[in-house]
Amino acid sequence: MLLSLQDVRKTFGGLAAVDGASLSVGSGEVHGLIGPNGAGKTTLLNMISGLIPPTAGTIVLDGERIDGMPSHVVASRGITRTYQNIRLFPALTAADNVLVGAHLRRDAPLWRRMLFLPSAAVEERAAQDASLALLARVGMSGQAGERASNLSYGDQRRVEIARALASEPRVMLLDEPTAGMNPAEVVAIAELIRSVARTGHSVLLVEHNVKLVMDVCDRITVLDFGKVIADGTPTEVARDPAVIAAYLGGEAAA
Amino acid sequence: MSLESLQDIWLTYQSTVAFIGLNGLLALSVYTTLSCGQLSLAQAGFMAIGAYASTILTFHTGLPFAVNLAVATLLPALVAIPLGLPVLRLKGVFLAIATIGFGEVVRLFFVNLDFTNGALGLTAVPQRTSMWMIYAALGAALFVLWRIRGSRTGHALEAIREDEPAARTMGIDAARYKLAMLALGASFAGLAGALEAHYTYMVSPSTYSFSRVVDMLVYAVVGGTGVFYGPVVGATFLTALPEVLREVSSRIGLAPGPVRLFVNGLVLLLVILFLPEGISSLPRRVRGALQARRRARAS
Ligand SMILES: Nc1ncnc2c1ncn2[C@@H]1O[C@H](COP(=O)(O)OP(=O)(O)OP(=O)(O)O)[C@@H](O)[C@H]1O
Ligand SMILES: [Mg+2]
Repeated sequence: MLLSLQDVRKTFGGLAAVDGASLSVGSGEVHGLIGPNGAGKTTLLNMISGLIPPTAGTIVLDGERIDGMPSHVVASRGITRTYQNIRLFPALTAADNVLVGAHLRRDAPLWRRMLFLPSAAVEERAAQDASLALLARVGMSGQAGERASNLSYGDQRRVEIARALASEPRVMLLDEPTAGMNPAEVVAIAELIRSVARTGHSVLLVEHNVKLVMDVCDRITVLDFGKVIADGTPTEVARDPAVIAAYLGGEAAA
Repeated sequence: MSLESLQDIWLTYQSTVAFIGLNGLLALSVYTTLSCGQLSLAQAGFMAIGAYASTILTFHTGLPFAVNLAVATLLPALVAIPLGLPVLRLKGVFLAIATIGFGEVVRLFFVNLDFTNGALGLTAVPQRTSMWMIYAALGAALFVLWRIRGSRTGHALEAIREDEPAARTMGIDAARYKLAMLALGASFAGLAGALEAHYTYMVSPSTYSFSRVVDMLVYAVVGGTGVFYGPVVGATFLTALPEVLREVSSRIGLAPGPVRLFVNGLVLLLVILFLPEGISSLPRRVRGALQARRRARAS
């Protein structure tokens, strides 16, 4: 398994947001992570990406323990992400946001630029072309020069996916990538997630849109109150009585 | 106009021109750390280190001035690294206060140092700074910042300024970049300090007080920190303004001192209220307004 979590816990002031969760994501797999509001999905992604350290448990990427590593080191090991509450760099253009995402992939020492070496200009042009190509891949080539803060929510989410892809991650974490999108846009995102997996990247997808999850995921883990209550293929999970209870219970309470 | 009167004008305004360059360099040193979202107010401390280091070398060694300047540039950067390692973990107002503390510690160190004549400082420093040196230093600083803009490094700095945790999850080692920019800003301040000491014939601790950093910050804010040359625009404007005011107030028969303070405060207030991106954003704003009007007329 490429990414595995073992008994991961996170407590906030005595309250367990994630309570001993284990799951694994295989290479090239699209893995769904679902669960009612407050189940601990975002907290789990935050721990994987190194934004917060787990209280207990281990996170292993390709044989290396990554729990407790600073987030920029986790990124360099091949994990990048998007955010539920979009976190683009608002003052930068869409294209520059993606260029920042390519940070780890670029070989561009400053001294070359200081000396006006042609190799610096060549590298910059290539990096810019690559980020435009990524924007085209998420269907955003028309707005490459637009400030991120001027884009609609749906468009911002797509730029965020392009930014995460720019580092050519081994695992991409997506936190509710289709929130606020219309059905046609959701279909496009589903297609994009599949194409990302086909090119060898694994995806860990947090999503409330059950149809999307059922359509694109190879496996699904269901979280409720910080605990894994089910894990399996979409059909297995959909039949699981514990899952049905959690979802119906959640809806009845809401 | 005769050659003599041109010469008179030059003699009258020579020091203003020199201080535009020095203040520009100091404003850039504040801008350098601001460019990745860090408000460091340690700049006067770094300036003092550069000024004292170069002056001590001038008095006690026969080293060429270029070597003294190099030491004044590098030493503050070396001091910035152990300072920055703990301090740059702080955010916003806490970072500002911690760096003010550093500046005061440096100043008090020199106040209590008998070797450099304590609070009185050193006088009769030989004048070794010439105008071209000041502008070469300013030009070099501008060149470095210009080349950083739009580079991989420049994009990383912008990302840190916009959203540091998100930048880090893109693989950007924010702590390293912030430290590097603190050191770069420190070296600009140290160089400016050395050039100023060898231009004004003196170093004294009171020159490097908190109010000096506030001046630098005001230059940067009035000029605008959206572009790398903004702080130099601000420094130019605010350094030249008192000269203009002195002319004006002597013609209308007012004391220049109070007028100057009043106008400086007014300029700062007006810029913050009406031009939050500084004077350097004015051309872009005018262009934008003209375009909007043209579009409105067309439709
Ligand atoms: N920084 C924090 N401090 C305290 N409590 C937190 C913190 N982050 C999350 N929590 C709590 O942990 C629990 C899990 O939150 P989390 O955001 O992980 O849920 P989620 O599954 O992503 O929910 P949603 O579907 O609404 O996004 C919630 O009860 C939340 O209030
Ligand atoms: Mg969430």
